[in-house]
Amino acid sequence: MTEHLHLAVALDGAGWHPAAWREDDARPADLLRPSYWVDLVQEAERGLLDLVTIEDALRLQSEDPFVPDERTDRVRGRLDATLIAARVAPVTSNIGLVPTAVVTHTEPFHLSKAIATLDYAATGRAGVRVQVSGRADEAAHFGRRQLEPLSSTRELDWSDPELRRRVTEAFDEAADYVEVLRRLWDSWEDDAEIRDAATGRFIDNTKLHYIDFEGRHFSVKGPSITPRPPQGQPVVAALGHADIPYRLIATSADLGFVTPHSAADAADIVGRIRTAQAAAGRAEETVHVFGDLLVVLDDTDEAAHARKRRLDERAGAELTSDAEIFVGTPAGLADLLQEWQAAGLTGYRLRPAALPHDLVRITEGLVPELQRRGAFRTSYATDTLRGHLGLSRPANRYATTAQSA
Amino acid sequence: MTSKPLKQVHLAAHFPGVNNTTVWSDPASGSHIEFESFKRFAQSAERGRFDFLFLAEGLRLREQGGQIYDLDVVGRPDTFTVLTALAAVTEHLGLTGTINSTFNEPYEVARQFASLDHLSEGRAAWNVVTSWDAFTGENFRRGGYLPQDQRYERAQTFLDTAFELWDSWGPEDVLADKDSGRFLGSASAGTFGHHDGHFDIEGRFNVPRSPQGRPVIFQAGESEQGREFAAASADAIFSRYSQYDEGRVFYDDVKGRLAKYGRSRDELLILPAATFVLGDTDEEAAEAAREIRFQQVSPATAIKFLEQLWNTDLSTHDPDGPLPSFDPVESDVDGLISQGRASVRQHRDRLDAAAKWRAKAEAEGLTTRELIVEVTGRQAFVGTPQTIAETINRFVQDDVADGFILVPHITPSGLDPFVDKVVPILQELGVHRTEYDGSTLRDNLGLAHPDRPEAKRVSA
Ligand SMILES: Cc1cc2nc3c(=O)[nH]c(=O)nc-3n(C[C@H](O)[C@H](O)[C@H](O)COP(=O)(O)O)c2cc1C
Repeated sequence: MTEHLHLAVALDGAGWHPAAWREDDARPADLLRPSYWVDLVQEAERGLLDLVTIEDALRLQSEDPFVPDERTDRVRGRLDATLIAARVAPVTSNIGLVPTAVVTHTEPFHLSKAIATLDYAATGRAGVRVQVSGRADEAAHFGRRQLEPLSSTRELDWSDPELRRRVTEAFDEAADYVEVLRRLWDSWEDDAEIRDAATGRFIDNTKLHYIDFEGRHFSVKGPSITPRPPQGQPVVAALGHADIPYRLIATSADLGFVTPHSAADAADIVGRIRTAQAAAGRAEETVHVFGDLLVVLDDTDEAAHARKRRLDERAGAELTSDAEIFVGTPAGLADLLQEWQAAGLTGYRLRPAALPHDLVRITEGLVPELQRRGAFRTSYATDTLRGHLGLSRPANRYATTAQSA
Repeated sequence: MTSKPLKQVHLAAHFPGVNNTTVWSDPASGSHIEFESFKRFAQSAERGRFDFLFLAEGLRLREQGGQIYDLDVVGRPDTFTVLTALAAVTEHLGLTGTINSTFNEPYEVARQFASLDHLSEGRAAWNVVTSWDAFTGENFRRGGYLPQDQRYERAQTFLDTAFELWDSWGPEDVLADKDSGRFLGSASAGTFGHHDGHFDIEGRFNVPRSPQGRPVIFQAGESEQGREFAAASADAIFSRYSQYDEGRVFYDDVKGRLAKYGRSRDELLILPAATFVLGDTDEEAAEAAREIRFQQVSPATAIKFLEQLWNTDLSTHDPDGPLPSFDPVESDVDGLISQGRASVRQHRDRLDAAAKWRAKAEAEGLTTRELIVEVTGRQAFVGTPQTIAETINRFVQDDVADGFILVPHITPSGLDPFVDKVVPILQELGVHRTEYDGSTLRDNLGLAHPDRPEAKRVSA
């Protein structure tokens, strides 16, 4: 039997091609309107996708990953991703909602209750992708710490020990941050609310727990002000391109997004994450590894390549990406997905080059193609994100008595 | 009598908070955390053509005697997240969130409010509160090191900075013009810089100007500094003064401060919190109100209230007996028996307050519990729908308030009787809208848009 693939779509602005906003079907004036996001996520849900991610950053977009610019010909400005997810939650019913959150400058206490609340609003469909920030301009928006840019060029030089030290430190802080999120989600036992009229007690306060986290960068007392969310633990995701972030995925996440460029590359990355996972004592736990692909999809290869050329011309430069760029038909993409799946990936996060065009090619082209091959669900079997990902509802780390699942 | 035009009554709904107003033991009392409850509550308010929904906030679970306080509803959602989700299930209702200026950073809060304003298409409001205690600070990176006298200084600079961030984008900065290829109208859109003792930040804000320009600003705080802060910067005050005489005094005091900031009296609304109990007759309502008060103040709750003033363990005190014969215990803030309550509710002069309580209990022959029922949170409006509508209208016309933020004692259905029975009478009196006539919260409140200051209040 073919293992089903998991599919996510990464939503960002008008799409991942810098010229996407000028396409005929693009809605660049609507990027800050609720209907834009509702329409996209409902389309993804029609395609039975596991989840959407929503990009975010605490700065304005820029062409270069590390340095700001003053361009006026690209999409600039965005909304808080967690709040976009919250706005969409009540008007969708099955799809997982995974906003991006920057952990370097924010309070884990605030993010923990925000994602717990998203999980309530979405009745069990929330996740969060934690993102480390290494940018000087982002740090200057908060003024709490000074950061030199990680790199003055687009490429990071991993042989530089100072760079490795700084990246390690930032990701160690992210791991602490996720630990705090998770402890806070567990800081209320599921049956803490008792409403006992006889004693007048609304809660059994022995079932609420201080998390007493003390780390290098922050300490947090707890408990959360928000009760344990419906999924117990919302899904934690992280994107990684190198061993240091792979370690964060392996130690702290349920879902890793990686950027292989071939089946062999995929096998190598998955191997590294599995090794790190075992080293972290999590060999028995499910950690999904999804391959990220930027996709340009049309009914024929020629049409897809022609569209990409047109977009590149408009942008004044050939598209570049940290992820592999796929240009072709849904069937061709399905071939690639299955081939790399055999190398160990459990799913994919597809970055549509242009919205809604490439999203619709995913939901109306790729998904039916995978279904014909027996490689993708034909209806949602569960209504929680953990459920879609085959993750059970975890026991509460603080509970002393057996918990109901 | 001059024929002054009638003031419109502003109505808002406070999702019952984490305190003893809420009678959670009532069989009609539902979940305080599930989204369905918030949705139902918000939709009732919108059915009643209310101006907005209001959420309070506390960033650490309250404790008393070193234990997490367990007699009231405990637990609440994240303010921004639940308000934004509510934008999906309402169309006109304003969405007011209480957000603290000590345990947050301007860049983040400004973008969250701007995002809420975009995602609700112009319905966001921020109730700026200034709790600064070290107890709450233990949940945060920055801790609770703010000295008490700096709380409003930080709040004012925080708010000024937020204004700078919101104003860093002009209404025309996003062109999104496919033909010319110009997305931004200006290469420097969003540029800001703020450098003082509290915030040393600069760069570019990343949320373009939202429908209301800036969210509506509320303030809740009663000190001299708090009142000045409101007079200088707020669009509305959330106050505790729902009674006639105290309300008049507060109203005049605060409105009288506006002129020195170059503002007119209708640029700041006074909206006290108010509870209500309806009945078929005034007597029946009064009887129901009394019963509810005893549900709100159980024997155990009465002792907890007593401890908050006496500042010592009174767990063996008899709630049905007299007040303690000894005096309250003084201590510094960190040593208080009760932690995590909005500081306004903490007692300022314990000896004096205890003396007043004792005098009242003796004069009226009240037990401890009966006294607590009397001195803590009596319902503001009790009577038939007619009585309540007329009272509310009179209070508004007499400048006790510009309207009220109603706090039902049952979640989520507690607003329904008011919406079904009192609202139609207010509508008949011509002081409450029958349909929404605008699309933003500023429209509901009759406040000018910052980009169009000439478009002044129409009602008032
Ligand atoms: C009616 C009212 C409601 C308040 N609600 C909250 C609240 O929900 N959360 C909070 O942290 N503080 C709340 N506060 C506290 C105030 O923001 C402020 O910190 C406190 O009143 C101290 O300021 P002051 O000395 O000016 O009164 C409230 C105050 C008042 C008067």
